[in-house]
Amino acid sequence: MFWLLETRGSKLETKLMKRAFPILGVLTAILLIYALSIALNPVVHIFGLTLNGAPTEQTMGNVQRIFYYHVPSAWTAFLLFFINFVASIQYLARANPKTDRMVCYVVVAIGVVVFAASFFIPLPAGMRPSAVGTTGLLFTGLYFLVRTLFSHADTDVLAAVTAEVGVVFCLIVLVTGPIWARPVWGIWWAPGDIRLTSTLVLWLIYVSYLVLRRFSASGQTPHLAAALAVLGALCVPFVYLSIWFFRTQHPQPVMGGGGSIDPLMLHVLLMNWLAFSCFAFLVCWSRYRLEKLQREVDEAHALRSLNDDPRTAR
Amino acid sequence: MNQTLDSSRLATGSQANAQQTGANLGHPQIVRGITRATLRKDLRLEWRSKDAINSMLFFSLLVVVVFSFSFDPSAEESRQIAGGLVWVAFLFAAVVALNQTWARELRNQVLDAYRVSPAPPNSLFIAKVLGNFIFVSVLEALMTPLFIMFYRLRALGPAWPLLLVAAFGTWALVVNGTFFAAMSIRTRSREIMLPLLLFPISIPALLAMVQATTSILNGEGARFWIVLLVTYDVVFTTTCLLLFETVLNAE
Repeated sequence: MFWLLETRGSKLETKLMKRAFPILGVLTAILLIYALSIALNPVVHIFGLTLNGAPTEQTMGNVQRIFYYHVPSAWTAFLLFFINFVASIQYLARANPKTDRMVCYVVVAIGVVVFAASFFIPLPAGMRPSAVGTTGLLFTGLYFLVRTLFSHADTDVLAAVTAEVGVVFCLIVLVTGPIWARPVWGIWWAPGDIRLTSTLVLWLIYVSYLVLRRFSASGQTPHLAAALAVLGALCVPFVYLSIWFFRTQHPQPVMGGGGSIDPLMLHVLLMNWLAFSCFAFLVCWSRYRLEKLQREVDEAHALRSLNDDPRTAR
Repeated sequence: MNQTLDSSRLATGSQANAQQTGANLGHPQIVRGITRATLRKDLRLEWRSKDAINSMLFFSLLVVVVFSFSFDPSAEESRQIAGGLVWVAFLFAAVVALNQTWARELRNQVLDAYRVSPAPPNSLFIAKVLGNFIFVSVLEALMTPLFIMFYRLRALGPAWPLLLVAAFGTWALVVNGTFFAAMSIRTRSREIMLPLLLFPISIPALLAMVQATTSILNGEGARFWIVLLVTYDVVFTTTCLLLFETVLNAE
């Protein structure tokens, strides 16, 4: 939907924002309420209908229900950071047609190699081949999706927006985690734990990214921020690897890991994820538009101060 | 100040030479020549002023003394905490030196002169990294005896792998540090920006260094951590070299 916004100041864009945004907003609100109600209650009665919600966990009890907010926020945050990484690479690569072509080939090669490798190379315990293969394809697919939908200058806006919203979702993960861990593990935080530490480091990296964006001069921000985003994203596998050999207390991941889950719980989880993704999309969309408008205003100000004759200035 | 201008003058000079001889500026010999000239200039400046090394030394000395007062560990305890202590002290001290590397080039617009000269940006970057590597290594060589004295350190196994950890660990800190220092001089509040950018990204390297040091002191193998550190060095050195031109010329 973003490409419609690219034609700056067009009537279509305003119309779309005016019409589609409230409708999508209401739909998302309904979805969020529905997802929340089935996450909180084993059985839901609405309008004479009886819906099956998430069953109560046997050992943990109702505390486990925070899982339906914790995990979808984590997935949404990771997806947003992933988009930020892709957009940052594109901002750097597309400045020069030669590097652009080269990076495109490399991205296709990465997708093919990761997909093929997931079938032929034995993976460490706890990683499913299908999950690794899908990640490889997702990376390539996302890269070309962003490449067709966004112009070169807009990839910077996209990177800024996804980092901001991603930090908020990552913060939700970091807050809900300890709330769950306190009654279940008996401690708020397990230092040195693989998933906890990698999420915290991810959050720190993107906070420093936002700080850099705020503190650099506007002309340089996109280049510096894109370079930092690429380095930061490269850091994540290292954190993950370095803590791989530590014990983890965190439950096994539901998707692509060794964990198992009740089908009804999975349904509720996916519903919540859908609701969270829609919410994140809407927030990103409005933030994206705001950022674009802000840049137009800045540009107009700069242009006017250039055109203004200093002798006639007030 | 004349010496500060050396490298940019040499860069322009080498371009003139290159045009005369029709040689390519990306030629390894020219890259090496500019790197060597910049490195020599940095070392000479440091030798005469001793700004970076003195502040680093005093800073890490303070860290050693303050920590030894606040913990007062036994030999057994200090073996457990020394890895973390040593590397955190060196990281903080390195930031002091790293902040000065590029600030030095801002005087008399040397950095701008370098940017307009056709000299390859990466040779400047490599020279700066090598310079900082030398400074931080000298600091480590001088401070390690003090650490051993204050914390009564004695390795339970062979101690020579610590040299590998020190070399690769210092390289990891210095490559990222030089890169982010170049980034942070282009922002407002320069001195504060460097640690904000450097620390989150260095966490894996720092973790590997600390774990490797602790396991070596306790007489255990540290092969995994050293391999991880080398991989980190290779990946981040390559990426920094690829991205440095963007950061230097960001406008």
